[in-house]
Amino acid sequence: MATLSRRDVEHVAHLARLGLSDEELARLEGQLNHILDQYAVLAELPTDDIPPTAQTIEVENILREDVMTPGFTVEEALAGAPERSGDHFVVPAIMAEEAG
Amino acid sequence: MSDTGRQTDPTRLTAYGMSRALRAGDLSARELAEAHLDLIDRQDGPMHAWLSTDREGALASADAADARIAAARREGNGGTDALAALPQLLGIPVALKDLVLQRGRPATAGSRILEGFVSPYDAHVTERLRDAGAVILGRTNMDEFAMGSSTEHSAWGPTGNPWDLSRVPGGSSGGSAAAVAAFHTPLAIGTDTGGSIRQPAALTGTVGIKPTYGRVSRYGIVAFASSLDQVGPFGRDTRDAALLLSAIAGRDERDSTSAPILVPDYAADLPESDDEAAALLKGMRLGLPKQYFVKGMEPGVEARVREAVAALEAAGAEVVEIDLPHTDYGLATYYIIAPAEASANLARYDGIRYGRADRGRDVLGDYLATRGEGFGAEVKRRIMLGTYALSAGYYDAYYLKAQKVRTLIKSDFDRAFESVDALVAPTSPTVAFPLGARLDDPVAMYLSDACTLPVNVAGLPGISVPCGLSEGLPVGLQFIGKPWDEGRLFRLGRAYEAITADADWRRLEPSDLDALDDPSGDRPAKLAAVRAATSHSFPTADIEVMLGEIDQRR
Repeated sequence: MATLSRRDVEHVAHLARLGLSDEELARLEGQLNHILDQYAVLAELPTDDIPPTAQTIEVENILREDVMTPGFTVEEALAGAPERSGDHFVVPAIMAEEAG
Repeated sequence: MSDTGRQTDPTRLTAYGMSRALRAGDLSARELAEAHLDLIDRQDGPMHAWLSTDREGALASADAADARIAAARREGNGGTDALAALPQLLGIPVALKDLVLQRGRPATAGSRILEGFVSPYDAHVTERLRDAGAVILGRTNMDEFAMGSSTEHSAWGPTGNPWDLSRVPGGSSGGSAAAVAAFHTPLAIGTDTGGSIRQPAALTGTVGIKPTYGRVSRYGIVAFASSLDQVGPFGRDTRDAALLLSAIAGRDERDSTSAPILVPDYAADLPESDDEAAALLKGMRLGLPKQYFVKGMEPGVEARVREAVAALEAAGAEVVEIDLPHTDYGLATYYIIAPAEASANLARYDGIRYGRADRGRDVLGDYLATRGEGFGAEVKRRIMLGTYALSAGYYDAYYLKAQKVRTLIKSDFDRAFESVDALVAPTSPTVAFPLGARLDDPVAMYLSDACTLPVNVAGLPGISVPCGLSEGLPVGLQFIGKPWDEGRLFRLGRAYEAITADADWRRLEPSDLDALDDPSGDRPAKLAAVRAATSHSFPTADIEVMLGEIDQRR
């Protein structure tokens, strides 16, 4: 099984969008590697011919009529927003000013 | 409080008894709600089962219930038919775990990242409770995002067990379990992803059931692991838990995994007389999974469970030993699937639309700051694990592999149910452990979930009922059923209650209830000391230590 380097841990933290301190990254490097080692018990089971189970009940293709139903009003949708401007959520600019 | 005082105290009634008293006019829903809210106000300081109460909303629901009962009483024939037609939960207090959305009320799921969040809509479960006229008293403490087995991972501090305030109530639905055990509410809603209803029910001497996956809609429940999460009830006896499950179960269009399968009236199907209930055991075939009597199980727990099995046998049940060979792989399977699903579900907390927001230099910086500050250590670790298990190049080795082993675990149960009607097992191999003590005893930590995780992995229903005490603390007996066979689990629970109705331990109330009434007493002081020593540096559940234990056992 794989071994995670500090760089790998930083990469996973980036994928997960978690801002972690150096101390957290160091602790997680040890913990994650140890946990991954334990997952190796599963490798001893032959499963080539075993189908995966994603969910335990047999429900498929649940459809409904494509009709409009009442949803949130703008006020309800924005009620929990940390920051709003008019009828919008506020996020920082993603393009630099000079890029126009 | 004197014994006679307790007998007339409405909070000591079952939900069933409350329902009868309301219809008979012996009690009003307002009196009932006030009695519970007053008890919570007076006692919850040292226990911390509740994160918030809603006196105004509860009393409004109670008054509405009283008005419906009064109107029914004015109908023909002295109101007999109209009163009988009212919903059973009308006017009955209930608690919600703090991850069940309730319009206009907070829902933190035990996390700082949802601090200040107010639900804009009701969960399906909340709607059902409102429709039934239940009185929602407030919201209960839990491990952050339901990740934990002790309620110590709540961002808002731990909950004490009413049997011993210096011990955990189990988790993650520990607040719901403690509140029911302490008579702060007759009924409570919890969720169970790996044992989070059954294990706290066992540790607090209450009844809790995890229904079949798909039995109860998850709409409006803060998601942890979507293929494992189920909503379920707590009560102080089997019939009360059955009453609450009937009210919340059934198909809901907004959760496509909620199954269009008929929901029986579980409570009405249970016999009232103990003789009739005991007779249900005649010819019942029960399997005893040998792998569930794990190494490290406390002798007192094993003794209580084996005594309970012997009592079931003596009452006419047939008990055979069952082999579930893949049980040992359950923990590793669970700890891949659950974090993987959690990492996807928790991606929604972005600091933009709702909840906590910390600012960085740009959008990415906002995400990193909000999530880095808002999530606790255990949640971060599981997000990291899940993200890694799903990442490019590792999906097959971890997530797909775990899903294949999941098939094997489920097949074990399918095979068992070819020869037996249900399984009987311990719920938790240990009694409630001291606050903060888990890291010192990793065997017990791993064992906490050993008997409950596989049931979630296979999507089956499981119920925990109290079966006596070990070292003065409650022990839970678990029945595991075939899919959609909750009715049988309730019958088994009711039958077991009937054959042990005369047992001395059934007369006992949680031993620290008196201490809750005396905040200057020894117990609360002890709890405060434990809390101060461990506050906000609570050991995060070390899954690597737990998993390490499997290795050592092998």
